[in-house]
Order: sequence, then C-alpha cells, then structure tokens
Amino acid sequence: MSEKTKFASPQARTEALQETLADKGLIPDGALEGVIHMATEDWDPKNGARVVARAWCDLEFKQRLLSDATSACAELGYAGIQGEYIVALEDEPTRHNVIVCTQCSCTAWPVLGLPPDWYKSPEYRARVVREPRKVLREMGLDLPQEIAIRVWETSAETRYMVIPLRPADTQGWSEQKLAALVTREALVGIALAKSV
Amino acid sequence: MDGIHDLGGMAGFGKITYEDNEPVFHAPWHATAFALNLVSVGALRSYNTDEYRHSIERMQPIHYLQASYYERVLTGVATLLVEKHVVSLAELEDRAGGTFPLAMPNADNPMADLAPQPVARFTVGDRVLVKDIHPTGHTRVPRFCRGKTGTVLHVAPAFSFPDAAAHGGAFRKEHTYHVEFASIDLWANGGSETESVIVDLWDSYLEGVGA
Repeated sequence: MSEKTKFASPQARTEALQETLADKGLIPDGALEGVIHMATEDWDPKNGARVVARAWCDLEFKQRLLSDATSACAELGYAGIQGEYIVALEDEPTRHNVIVCTQCSCTAWPVLGLPPDWYKSPEYRARVVREPRKVLREMGLDLPQEIAIRVWETSAETRYMVIPLRPADTQGWSEQKLAALVTREALVGIALAKSV
Repeated sequence: MDGIHDLGGMAGFGKITYEDNEPVFHAPWHATAFALNLVSVGALRSYNTDEYRHSIERMQPIHYLQASYYERVLTGVATLLVEKHVVSLAELEDRAGGTFPLAMPNADNPMADLAPQPVARFTVGDRVLVKDIHPTGHTRVPRFCRGKTGTVLHVAPAFSFPDAAAHGGAFRKEHTYHVEFASIDLWANGGSETESVIVDLWDSYLEGVGA
C-alpha cells in the first residue's frame, strides 16, 4: 500500500464502526457480549471430541452420527449457527479425511469451534486441495502413499467433522478419557487422535 | 466472481504457520469485528450471509491478502453497512482518524443465467459435469472444478441458492451434492492417484454426463 492509501489501524476502524452503530442505538444491549460468549464458551472443539468419543463407545450412536450428524450432535446439545447441516466423515485404515473451505473459512462452529488461524490462512486454503499429502506432512501427519486422502471443500451449507480412527490400546476407556485424545486438529483431519 | 478469495489450487504459497494452544481471538477487536457481523445479520437484519461473504470477496486483492481474517470481516461488514446507508464512510473515517478502506462495488450484472432447479436432478453415483461459468457476482463454484467431471457421493438438503441471495435475486432453494473429483482430473500431472477433492455444489451449477 502506498503512503497515500495508509489505513487507520484495524482496531481503530473496528472501534469506529462499533461506536458509530452504538451512537445510533443500533446495537441491542448485550448483543455483542452474547455473541462473544457463544464464540468463546459454547462453540468448542471439546464438543466435537465428545461426539467422537461417544461414537467410539456406542455403535448405535455412531450409526446415527453417520446417517444424520446434525441430530446426533444435537442429542449432546451441540446445534445452532453453522451447525444446521452437519455431516460426519469416518476415517478408515486405508482412507483419511481432511476439511477445508477454500472460499472463506466455513466450519461447523458448534462442534469444531471458530476456526484457528492456520485453517483461515491463504496457504492452507490454496494448498490443501492440491497437495494434501505434502501439507499434512508439513503439519506433522505423514500418511503413506497407499492411504487415500479425501479433501472435503466446504463450499456450500454442509459443515463437516472428521471421526478419526480410535487409537489402539484404548479398550474399556471411558468416553471422557477418550474425548481427551480428540483435538481440534483431529476433527479437521490434519492430525490423528492422540496415541496412548 | 473470479476473485482473490477463490484460492483453491493457487500456487506460490508457502508453509502454513501453526500456533499451539491458539486462543479463539487474538485481540479484543477481533471478537468485536466478529460480533458486529452476527449482530448486523441477526438483530439488525441489514444484510444476509451471502451478501456478507461477497462483500469480502469484493475487497481489493492486495488488501485482501494483506489483511488478517478479522480485518477482512471488518471490511466486509463496514462495506455493507455503508452501502445500505446504515452508516456513512465519512463518519467512520472521522472516528477512525484515517482512511477506512471498503470493498469494491458490486458488478452491474452479477448473476449467471442458471435456471432454477427446485427438484434434485441427480442421485448418488451419477457422473456430473460442473458448468464452466464465470459469474461476475457471488458464486460458490470454485474455479478449480469448473469444466470438470466428478461423481455424486451424497445428496444434501435444499439450501438457498447463494448466487441469487447475495444479489437480491428471487429466493430459490436447490439441493447440493457432494461431488468427488479425482485429483488427477483437477491437477493433471500434479495430481495423485490416491487423492480426491469433494466439492459441495448446488444443482444448477451441474449438468448430467452420459446416460
């Protein structure tokens, strides 16, 4: 940007917009705080982790999750904005799933939380559809060539979550203990569930 | 529009920066910008989500790539609120104490001529061709799959057609399809036999292949 087009800082611009709307009485009391509370407290990848752990322990729940993830997630209380139509993608020993939104950064907020910076970066959005194996390797997940990779582009209203493979040697574990193995990265598919 | 936002498959980008234990928001203004959008869509009903996505797509490409995610959010929200006369650019710049960049205006004829498809025309297993369209307004058909043939894996419910909703077009709902494209069909020699990309595409973006 040239000197001529030097911008006010994004923070100053945000505050200017907020104050201008507030002066006009257009921001209902508590509205901004309510949204921020949802984003920081309610939408959490721990929710998705609980869904995965339930699916690992309960075959009937897993079948419901695979046939209608929106309802299955709602059973655990996870629903709402950007969770109107959720589809769960089950990893298999020979096929791995990974999620991206090349166009903006759409994500299933109720179960994955707001997306992290790497997911929103131009680098991830540009590259993972074209060279997923290389991107995953760079991010610490080295998948051999014989494991197929499906990259799911969130270009419409479906919001995806990955059901990673259950780690070995976790028989008899409680859902709570299993859920701690499932990270946001595993729910997007750039990592596996933690091994034990 | 064939804009900077349509990044899928673009070459030249480097490694992805990964931050351990990343917070939901890195600064209070990020949270405010995010919340201003939801309040503008929800409580104020100033615009819809498709208009919002397109307002970010209309950012000048150099600004788009230099801006953080929440600066893009802010720019999209402010652009629409100025365009809808909820606020004026002058009052924003006065308060901000400097230039407040907005996105570029909407195209004159933003919508491609795509006939509405209220009934699902395709089913699982069908081979479908993505129309090679280049609308000058909002669309959700990524460039990398236009003109390519894939296979329907799943039929999703009908959703509002974004190309129309972003531009005040008549409300219409169409089913979307999870269409799988072989990597080698998308990227030729740069593709891999064991990789594929599934794109979620509205019915009217597609046409049937063979019988």
